[in-house]
Amino acid sequence: MNRVPERVRIRYAKHGRIRYTSQRDMARVIERGLRRSRLPIAHSQGFSPRPLLAFSLALPTGCESLAEYIDLRFADGGGAGFDATADPEAGIEAAQWVAGVLQDTMPEGIEVASAGVLTGAEGSLQEQVTSCDWILEVAGMGAEQLSERIESLLVADQVLVERVRKGRKTADNLRPSIVTLFHRGSGSTPGTQRIEASLSTKPRGVRPVELLEGIDPTLRLVRATRTGQYETVDGERFEPLSLQGLVRAPVNVGVQGR
Amino acid sequence: MTSVFEQLEPLLFSVEKPARYVGGELGCQMPTHGEGIVSWLLAYPDTYEIGLPNQGLQILYEIINERSDGAAERTYAPWHDLETLMREHGIPLFSVESHKPAHEFHIIAFNLSAELTYTNVLNMVDLGGIPVRTQERGANDPVIIAGGHCTYNPEPLADYLDAAVLGDGEEVVADITEAVARWLAIDEPERTRAELHRLLSAIEGVYVPSLYRPVFDGAVQVGLERIADWVPEIVEKRSVQDLGEWPYPKQQLVPLMEVVHDRLNVEVFRGCTRGCRFCQAGMITRPVRERPTEQVIDMVQRGIERTGYDEVALTSLSTADFSGIEPLVAAVVDNERNAGRVSVSLPSLRVDAFTVGTAAKIQQVKRTGLTFAPEGGTWRMRRVINKLITDDDLYAAVDAAFSQGWRRVKLYFLIGLPSERDEDVLGIAELGRRCVEIGRRYHSNVTVTASVGGFVPKPQTPFQWHAQDSGEELQRKISMLRSKAHETKGLTIRWHEPKASVAEALMSRGDRRMGAVVEDVWRQGGIFQEWGEFFDLSRFETAMERAGLLIEDVTTRQRSVDEMLPWDHLSAGLHKDFLVGEYQDALGELGVEDCRWTPCYDCGACTTLGLEHHVASAIAPAGGSQGTGQGIDLSVPVSVGLRPTS
Ligand code: SF4
Repeated sequence: MNRVPERVRIRYAKHGRIRYTSQRDMARVIERGLRRSRLPIAHSQGFSPRPLLAFSLALPTGCESLAEYIDLRFADGGGAGFDATADPEAGIEAAQWVAGVLQDTMPEGIEVASAGVLTGAEGSLQEQVTSCDWILEVAGMGAEQLSERIESLLVADQVLVERVRKGRKTADNLRPSIVTLFHRGSGSTPGTQRIEASLSTKPRGVRPVELLEGIDPTLRLVRATRTGQYETVDGERFEPLSLQGLVRAPVNVGVQGR
Repeated sequence: MTSVFEQLEPLLFSVEKPARYVGGELGCQMPTHGEGIVSWLLAYPDTYEIGLPNQGLQILYEIINERSDGAAERTYAPWHDLETLMREHGIPLFSVESHKPAHEFHIIAFNLSAELTYTNVLNMVDLGGIPVRTQERGANDPVIIAGGHCTYNPEPLADYLDAAVLGDGEEVVADITEAVARWLAIDEPERTRAELHRLLSAIEGVYVPSLYRPVFDGAVQVGLERIADWVPEIVEKRSVQDLGEWPYPKQQLVPLMEVVHDRLNVEVFRGCTRGCRFCQAGMITRPVRERPTEQVIDMVQRGIERTGYDEVALTSLSTADFSGIEPLVAAVVDNERNAGRVSVSLPSLRVDAFTVGTAAKIQQVKRTGLTFAPEGGTWRMRRVINKLITDDDLYAAVDAAFSQGWRRVKLYFLIGLPSERDEDVLGIAELGRRCVEIGRRYHSNVTVTASVGGFVPKPQTPFQWHAQDSGEELQRKISMLRSKAHETKGLTIRWHEPKASVAEALMSRGDRRMGAVVEDVWRQGGIFQEWGEFFDLSRFETAMERAGLLIEDVTTRQRSVDEMLPWDHLSAGLHKDFLVGEYQDALGELGVEDCRWTPCYDCGACTTLGLEHHVASAIAPAGGSQGTGQGIDLSVPVSVGLRPTS
């Protein structure tokens, strides 16, 4: 048995038909994959023990992604607990091995792209990630009109969308969460326009369909790809796998074992 | 080959649970179509999450795809939101694998497990761009057939099906594939529907409704004419003798979204001879055919490792009766490779303390709730229905459950049973009260839930002649039971909508004239009638009136045992004498033993079909009192009658 570090962070891509699987169902797919892999995943205590894995920000159903993350915690007995900081090479090797084993149990469309050993200093993914980048393909509006809409949105102080919370209608302002927004010509799907956006998770996360609603309610989402999730440290953005202190396997293992 | 996926894709952002429509499950197959290959579209007339786990469908999916002359894909009823969009954009019903339109398949085979799905069958055929009525289909339309438990009275769908298949599907799919291949090889214009029907009717177990013409007089069917002498008078069901030869599914589908029964399912035996008189499933699947224990163990272990599931259900009509249950449970629970993390579930628990012991062994992790099915509220009632569980059996089982850590017990009952009196209904509250009392000895906080369903006398059972309670009568009994149960804290009554029992009776007991009602309800928009939020009896009432039929004639009318029944020409092997005798014994409150462990009383199932029981053990399971005569507390006298064997 290879040595398995105690905590591993995985980055994977999700594309093709599996994008219609919801985040909740994705967790079940990964849990079944972990059991098939026989990796010594740790479990919670209590009446119905759950495998210890944690996701980054939920990916809306139907969206593709180049950058989804999961943190996995492994139990002792599989050789857990060695010091990856002291022996980075072994850490890299171990993370790569875990990623490869996991890849073999994943359905078509899930590609494990990178892995790193967490050494303890990092926070949870949910706390760390502060912004996401998106490429959207939209229909329902011509190029010129869309450019105008986006320009007027960017100079506005408020971009309101209506939400129903606990049976009451409220108006949410999305503007503070929109960091950048560009119209980039036509999309790869015929009849669509391409939008690129960077959206902050604070004060509130914004889903692609909400953003379109904010730009213009007649827009229809045809394709959406999350291209990155980032942490901000001293005003600079980092990918959650490039952090200091984290021993990272830079090699793409996506095709291993296929 | 065409695919509608490109048209479908842009719509999937706008619908609920889009994973229902894209396939890609573990075990999903992409068969080749083309010259010399008969293509099947296996259809389940309810949503993906209800239909996907269906074992029958998955078994046939694999068997057909293993054939060099067959290809099988799957489809499920699209939910309202997508259906509306499909009709708007002109997208036909499609398969989830290659998204090929339904009308490009040679055969569309529906699984009929519940009668209230009939309107969905018509809707799906129509959504496929195919004429719903058999008569209107031509040489290039798919062959529309159905299998599953409901086909023992397929008359309400007779005008819409080219054929209905009775019994096990494993062998018959080969015969159908070959017959349809022969038909497809005929050049037009000789390739007629009539020729197709002739070819299909020559297959054992296949019923072709267009070859029969029922004759009616008022409420009653008085005759059945065959269009020619070569048309079989009786269609007998198909049965496989040795389940060991059919270790399917080998690659159970593991879906990418949550479905019902989302776990590994392994069938341990087929058939049941407990002899519960209300139970259609038990009557039509006789005799008992067990899978060899070694094979079950192998299927379970391979299945767990292949799928990653941490739960396996051992399925059958009464799994605690499986002769190899103890070694089987031990093999799964003690297997080191499963690391103590795999739980086994027995979907149908026998009511006795012994069974609870087995349950305790296998549910070490999650001890949420246990379910028992006494079915009748009093010992008298249970003798009538031949569910020979004494009150003490139940209390012992419940005591065992509470003492071993369970805090929730669920009990299943039927009301509206033959000869039922109010005291039998109130007996449910009394049983519930005692169960709560027993629970309090162990825990301060216990819940007992009694689930009450309205009895529908089903075809091919001893109660097939019996009058059903009206919807109002069922409602009265429920109200009476609820107010009685109200006196006990910790006892909850759940009930099935009585109006749905009325509609279910129309669909399951109706004759060919009911077809107009199915079609009318569908045209009124009555689809997904299994779903409480969409069910509406008034559509059925309107349709019955328009068809000139009376609901009472089908539901509350007592038939004499001499009356011709619309399904008399379809046989599950059971002799009429046996059914009549059982009906009389029921009304005489006389039980009958299980023929697995006592002499055969010749119900007909084995003798007609040339089958026999296939059980590993000739001895009744330990502790099982139900129907075995063992361990019954005789302080209440019980008469267990043995029927003469000739
Ligand atoms: S024929 Fe005899 S042994 Fe076979 S199921 Fe019927 S009663 Fe039992």
